[in-house]
Amino acid sequence: MAAITLKDIVKQYGDGFLAVKGVSLDIADGEFVILVGPSGCGKSTLLRMIVGLEDITAGELTIGGERVNDKAPRDRKLAMVFQNYALYPHLTVFENIAFPLRLQKGQFTEEQVTAKVEFAAKTLELQDHLQRKPANLSGGQRQRVAMGRAIVREAQAFLFDEPLSNLDAKLRGQMRTEIARMQRRLGTTTVYVTHDQTEAMTLGDRVAVLRKGELQQVASPRGLYEQPVNLFVAGFIGSPPMNFLPGEINGSTMRLPFADVPISADLARKLGGKNIVIVGIRPEHFEDANLLEESKVSSGVTFTAPVDVSEWLGSELYAYIPFETNPDVATTLEELDRDLDGEGLRTQLIVTLGSETKVRDGDEANLWFDPARMMVFDPETGENLTWDAEAAKTVDEENEADRKASLERAQAREKARA
Amino acid sequence: MKQLSTRAKWAWALITIFVLAYALFPIVSIFATSFKLPSQLNLGLFWPKTWTFVNYEEILAPGGSAQTLFLSSLRNSIGICLIATGIAVVLATLAAYAIARLDFPGKRLVLLTALGVSIFPVISIVTPLFNLWRNIGLYDTWLGLIIPYLSLTLPISIWTLAAFFRQIPWELEQAAQVDGATTWQAFRKAIVPLAAPGVFTTALIAFFIAWNDFVYGISLTSTDRARPVPAALAFFTGASQFEEPTGSISAAAIIVTIPVVILVLLFQRQIVSGLTQGAVKG
Repeated sequence: MAAITLKDIVKQYGDGFLAVKGVSLDIADGEFVILVGPSGCGKSTLLRMIVGLEDITAGELTIGGERVNDKAPRDRKLAMVFQNYALYPHLTVFENIAFPLRLQKGQFTEEQVTAKVEFAAKTLELQDHLQRKPANLSGGQRQRVAMGRAIVREAQAFLFDEPLSNLDAKLRGQMRTEIARMQRRLGTTTVYVTHDQTEAMTLGDRVAVLRKGELQQVASPRGLYEQPVNLFVAGFIGSPPMNFLPGEINGSTMRLPFADVPISADLARKLGGKNIVIVGIRPEHFEDANLLEESKVSSGVTFTAPVDVSEWLGSELYAYIPFETNPDVATTLEELDRDLDGEGLRTQLIVTLGSETKVRDGDEANLWFDPARMMVFDPETGENLTWDAEAAKTVDEENEADRKASLERAQAREKARA
Repeated sequence: MKQLSTRAKWAWALITIFVLAYALFPIVSIFATSFKLPSQLNLGLFWPKTWTFVNYEEILAPGGSAQTLFLSSLRNSIGICLIATGIAVVLATLAAYAIARLDFPGKRLVLLTALGVSIFPVISIVTPLFNLWRNIGLYDTWLGLIIPYLSLTLPISIWTLAAFFRQIPWELEQAAQVDGATTWQAFRKAIVPLAAPGVFTTALIAFFIAWNDFVYGISLTSTDRARPVPAALAFFTGASQFEEPTGSISAAAIIVTIPVVILVLLFQRQIVSGLTQGAVKG
């Protein structure tokens, strides 16, 4: 169990390509940190540098207080679960899990090895499969064997490299909870790489968002959701993704494609002399005005808009409203769309409404939103001009307290069970 | 796969029989010849009029005219080919691992040289080699044959094993390294068991290439100290000046071919077994 510290880590390949551009990250002992970002952002490279399969071009990596830049993977006492499991096909499940123990010749007696393997198998419910070969197991079982191999060593930290991306959606959900349970139970520091923001939000104590080798923001999932520091983070976190609209400033009003919104003096001051900004509103912050109580309607902005396509999912309804974007911000938004692995087919507003709504495609919908939930971004730098440092700090402190409490509870449960 | 119609099945059966007959006819013919009496060789019959073991006795039993010649050449062949195969496989395993996993300057050069060496005509090297071996004393020795045989077996072994190693996913070694293995341990425990079918195939191919060699065998040896079987067969003599030793040669050919066929049949299962299925997803 150890803390991992990354200081200004840089990775440059032989041909000059910079995969990681100076990332600094502090991972506390027992923390579950997720590295998330679109493909090519350097998250897997960063993970491989932590485990030692890639050389670190510049920067310092410390594990448990020791500098490990030059140590071989075997000396770092870490355990890794690969994306495609990497199980030894010629060994049974038992031998696969026992492999790391057998490499340390003389350290463990045969009974100790068996005991450890069986404990790992029990944690992951693999007791019935110990004598089978990987070729005869399902995807989820193979994944659990890979995890078993990782936990049997009592390593300082666990590293996961997109372990769930090869599983189908339902299994992914089940395995996610398994991983969360396992981490809480063992209390080991974990670094988890994924491109799926749902996994990032649900599993992590803290999430580090990466883009093109640079760290955008490190915060709790709630911190990233409520106080994203820039356009990229805001667009990456949240499903369906945040809507980005051009906003024209006229004195104390902001003109959006479908409504005019009054802006507070504070905000007007922050915006300086800008004429045009990018406004972000999450789909879930819209409501069907017809279903709201009278008292609430006046606290926000109401507007009507034509709905092009609607998707009813049972628990909610997605309504798609196309709009014309401003050419000044079109380039920034297109670039953002590409970075987020999007297709960028057309500009449309996605609105999430409750399932009782009568809005259907072709309708003129009567919608409401609260301008206080709106986020305003600088069209050139992408910076979130409405970022509230105080609120972000409070959220993070709450999150840290929650994490410690949850860990203590899990450890107490473990002791009680033993 | 849709079921073949009866007509199609008959057609395929006929073609198969034809191909088998065409391919196996010479071997069956030699097999038949080896059981014929030398005096009855020219009778024009396919199967022996009288089945006899006299040809086999000639070459195997003590007192047979060709026995010392044949048995010593068999011993030479087996010894030289096994040693050449062993060395080639060990060296090729190490070379193929480096070629499949690492990127080093001169990698392409190594592969192209190997290819060039294997397609270079042997006959043009034989005369200078004969002179050189005589000068340094390797003429008519086992080592004098093992070294040229390495030039025959190494290139194909390197190419075959490199293809096998490329199929084994790199993650297995990386997982072994993270689990605490040194590079050598990772190679030995994770890769070698998976490469075993590849190594068997390569050893088999290398062995056959060495075994079938005639040019080196006949040019670089002069006595039964080092003469291998293909070369020895050329020296068989019949009972008199006018009698061809066809019978003994056929018997020798059968003795030499059958073990090889058995080896292939035995190892065929290993090669086809597909050991790496299930290790890695996708």
